[in-house]
Amino acid sequence: MDLIAQGISHRFDRLEVLDDVSFTVAAGEVVAIVGPSGCGKSTLLSILGGLLQPSAGQALLRGAPPPGCLNPLTFVFQDFALLPWASVAENVAFPLLHTSLSVAQRTAVVDDVLQRTGLSDFRAVYPKQLSGGMRQRVGLARALAVRPAMLLMDEPLSALDSQTRELLMEDFVDLLADGTLGAVYVTHNLEEAVRLADRIVVLSRRPGRIRKIVNVASPRHSRGDAATRAQLLELQNELWVLIRDEAIDAEREVQHA
Amino acid sequence: MLERTSKDPTETAGVQPARHVPFRGAGFTPAASRWAGWLALAAVLVVWQLVGGLALVNPLFLPTPAMIMRALYRLAASGALWQHVSASFVRIVAGWALGTASGIAVGFAIGLWRIARSIGITFVSALFPIPKIAVLPLLILWLGIGEQPKIATIALGVFFSTTISVYSGVDAVPRNLIRMAQSFDVPFPTIVRKVIWPGALPSILAGFRITASVALMLVVSAEMIGAETGIGTFVLQAGNLMQTDQLMAGILVLSLFGLAVGRLISLLEARLLHWR
Repeated sequence: MDLIAQGISHRFDRLEVLDDVSFTVAAGEVVAIVGPSGCGKSTLLSILGGLLQPSAGQALLRGAPPPGCLNPLTFVFQDFALLPWASVAENVAFPLLHTSLSVAQRTAVVDDVLQRTGLSDFRAVYPKQLSGGMRQRVGLARALAVRPAMLLMDEPLSALDSQTRELLMEDFVDLLADGTLGAVYVTHNLEEAVRLADRIVVLSRRPGRIRKIVNVASPRHSRGDAATRAQLLELQNELWVLIRDEAIDAEREVQHA
Repeated sequence: MLERTSKDPTETAGVQPARHVPFRGAGFTPAASRWAGWLALAAVLVVWQLVGGLALVNPLFLPTPAMIMRALYRLAASGALWQHVSASFVRIVAGWALGTASGIAVGFAIGLWRIARSIGITFVSALFPIPKIAVLPLLILWLGIGEQPKIATIALGVFFSTTISVYSGVDAVPRNLIRMAQSFDVPFPTIVRKVIWPGALPSILAGFRITASVALMLVVSAEMIGAETGIGTFVLQAGNLMQTDQLMAGILVLSLFGLAVGRLISLLEARLLHWR
């Protein structure tokens, strides 16, 4: 199943946020969206995931989702968006409540994803008792429970400390390794983008327009190797050069706002 | 360029005497002592008893705690206490339940739907400030002189406070949780039941504390205006007859009732909001 952004523009009242953004995310592909602060990355993701109506253009799906998929486009949120009154298992089961799965099937799915995300021992724990990294793991488990075709990840690591970020990044790499699950990964962190993405969409400062789409050639599983890391660092620097001046302007704009 | 040094900075201690960094982080963390409140209450009761016992104040104006307890015992033994308490209790429960149920329904409607919000907030803002006891005569005209106008007065007082606490609670539910649920295509009724209701519950339960005291206040006022039984009637009659020990016994019953309701709500909060 492909996800297509077709001429998407958006404005909040008089504030123009996105301008004519078009690209396609193929099934199983990981596309990172980077750009200066306030360039409309998260807005674009909300539009792609059907949570926001664009002022112009449209988000389209092409092809059928994989069999057994319960929610083709599934978000992983920056702030985790866990129900504080529900335990880990209840949070993971939440998107399954309205589906046609029986209670036994639901339990089996929850057990499976908790095990895959290393949360089996925490099923009865409440979110406030978990660290930020563990909370995001719950968010990931909840997303996996609906067997998505594509994850829409909105800065999923930005609220975490650097060590936890590194560990979760390894989990993401493993998760996306076999190429069955696609992702749109919004981030301001260029290192995350080059580590995970097959392609990187670079947006300009507001209103966000596509400045460049960069292919990351090296296979994802080898990006931890020393030789590949050097190449990725080079790519990361190229991206930084591309957005640096606009990032400075955007930062000044935020300060003056 | 950073340089490593082998010199221990404490070696200079002989030259310049070291002193403690002053502690500046004290205060602003009030923790209630478990016993201090009870001790203070006991002390007040002892002083009060002594003042009465030593005849420093005429017991007609301020009966001693012992006299009040004796009056309470006599009332309980005669059965009058239960008669008054049960009459008030029925009115409070009926009025509170009616006001709370309708307040929750209207509060949720205002919190969830644009039209209900536009209309509802205007009416709530206009009618909320009216002292509800002032409409009792009108309610008597409309509903007769039985229990209905008293129950309706309490229900009205409870309704507006509940409506406000419910829609404020709905408004305070984090939008990201609602968006999360929508992103999984969770249907509207499930979002209301599983996200909005539990999210608004802290505010709703906080509202219960306010409406319980509103109900208590209104039942006493309504009974003082027109009733044959009830704690309000009893307190008013005792006052008219200068039976201040009985009057204070009635007030004590009201206070105990308020405390019991507060405790009940605390238990409810502990059970329903254990996740906080």
